[in-house]
Amino acid sequence: MSARILTNTTIRILRQLRHDRRTIALLLVVPMLLLALLYFMFEEQEPVFNRVALIMLGIFPFLIMFLLTSIAMLRERTSGTLERLFTTPVGKLDLLFGYGIAFGLAAAVQAALASAVAYWLLGLETAGSSWLVVLIAVANAVLGVAIGLFCSAFARTEFQAVQFMPVVVVPQILLCGLFVPRNQMAGWLEGLSNVLPMSYAVEALQEVGANAEPTGLMWRDLGIVTGVVVLALALGAMTLRRRTP
Amino acid sequence: MNYEGKLMDTAIEVTDLVIERGKREVLHGISAAIPRGEVTGLLGPSGSGKTTLMRAVVGVQRVKSGRVVVLGEPAGSPALRRQIGYLTQSPSIYPDLTVRENVRYFGSLYGLGAEEAAATIREVGLADQAGQLVATLSGGQHSRASLACALVSRPAVLVLDEPTVGQDPVLRDELWKRFRELADGGTTILISSHVMDEANRCDRLLLIRDGELIADDTPAAVKAAAGTDDLDLAFLTLVRDREGANR
Repeated sequence: MSARILTNTTIRILRQLRHDRRTIALLLVVPMLLLALLYFMFEEQEPVFNRVALIMLGIFPFLIMFLLTSIAMLRERTSGTLERLFTTPVGKLDLLFGYGIAFGLAAAVQAALASAVAYWLLGLETAGSSWLVVLIAVANAVLGVAIGLFCSAFARTEFQAVQFMPVVVVPQILLCGLFVPRNQMAGWLEGLSNVLPMSYAVEALQEVGANAEPTGLMWRDLGIVTGVVVLALALGAMTLRRRTP
Repeated sequence: MNYEGKLMDTAIEVTDLVIERGKREVLHGISAAIPRGEVTGLLGPSGSGKTTLMRAVVGVQRVKSGRVVVLGEPAGSPALRRQIGYLTQSPSIYPDLTVRENVRYFGSLYGLGAEEAAATIREVGLADQAGQLVATLSGGQHSRASLACALVSRPAVLVLDEPTVGQDPVLRDELWKRFRELADGGTTILISSHVMDEANRCDRLLLIRDGELIADDTPAAVKAAAGTDDLDLAFLTLVRDREGANR
């Protein structure tokens, strides 16, 4: 791994994103629109809006960055650029961290904008700091990037890659405590939700929602999410092979 | 020639190389020595194993047995990654970046800057398209942009998989002149083609068919061995002779 190559790779990925104006627009505007939709859905039930919007601020970045990364990495694999990069001094980690940092930055902008709209325009209220919400959202985005990098190894086509979303992302959304509090689920479902990283991201957000100061549980949950990021990146690195059959 | 002399003059040495892709064996024990500072043409019909051999030389192909040594190091070793330039058959650059951004990125991997990138873009005749997105280029321009990304680092060994496909005759001629200049400057070039008229411009030829090497010589010697002045015909004769000998 080299700082110069990592930096240049990150810049290259951001440049690719910059040329795709429509993706940038979708990336930034869609979460805001969906939050506005939630606002009108729960116009008469402020506590419900506060609970759901907060969780959504964590789900959007995960979902979107998972999709973007798995497609982007798949393109590297299928277009031959990955093979070509492996004949150059680029290291696997340069590539993995390059994607992590580039899309993490994009996610930070997305999360900051969505949170700004949620707090200032739609009246979202949390006991804790909005900065912590953005921090957890970015951690979640990086989680999406890391899992997306790993999953892209199992898809041959873009059709297959998008199919991983219902497999990898939807169960996490269903079981993260958004629809049913996790401690009220059947035991085996709760057990399942205990091994899904999104559950911890959502719990961390709920901690910020309920407590004025960051709690130990919130830091622990954030630590778990970070641990899963490292694990997924390590698994992703194993799927990147310089030599292929 | 003594061993030391051979070591000095050989840039790429392939020994008993066997490669399987899927369940099929595509190279059946190829051996060849590719001299330093020359243009070696790798010729053969589509599906004969040219790309697989090239992938083995640049170190991205899993090998079943045999070995490939490049500049004294096993193919694919980290030290070689600074010395090899690889052009894949279908252009592998980023379509959502401009020509300049692509070449600068590949240059940056070797610590090179904007000047080297600009010079390489001029070399492949894309100065006017430097600011254009690769996705909007014509087929020929696209593959020249890809070529620029392989040339930018001034590698000691260039492995070019059909670099002139889809180029107009004038450009093709210019590219070949450029390859010749590079070789004269000491660059080792392995170049694949299925156009026989290009083979005459090589210093040496490797003729490959169905994963076997059927000739490894200068174009003149290949033609002399087949008793014809036409390389296409020479190729055909060599194939028939070989099939006759195997029967």
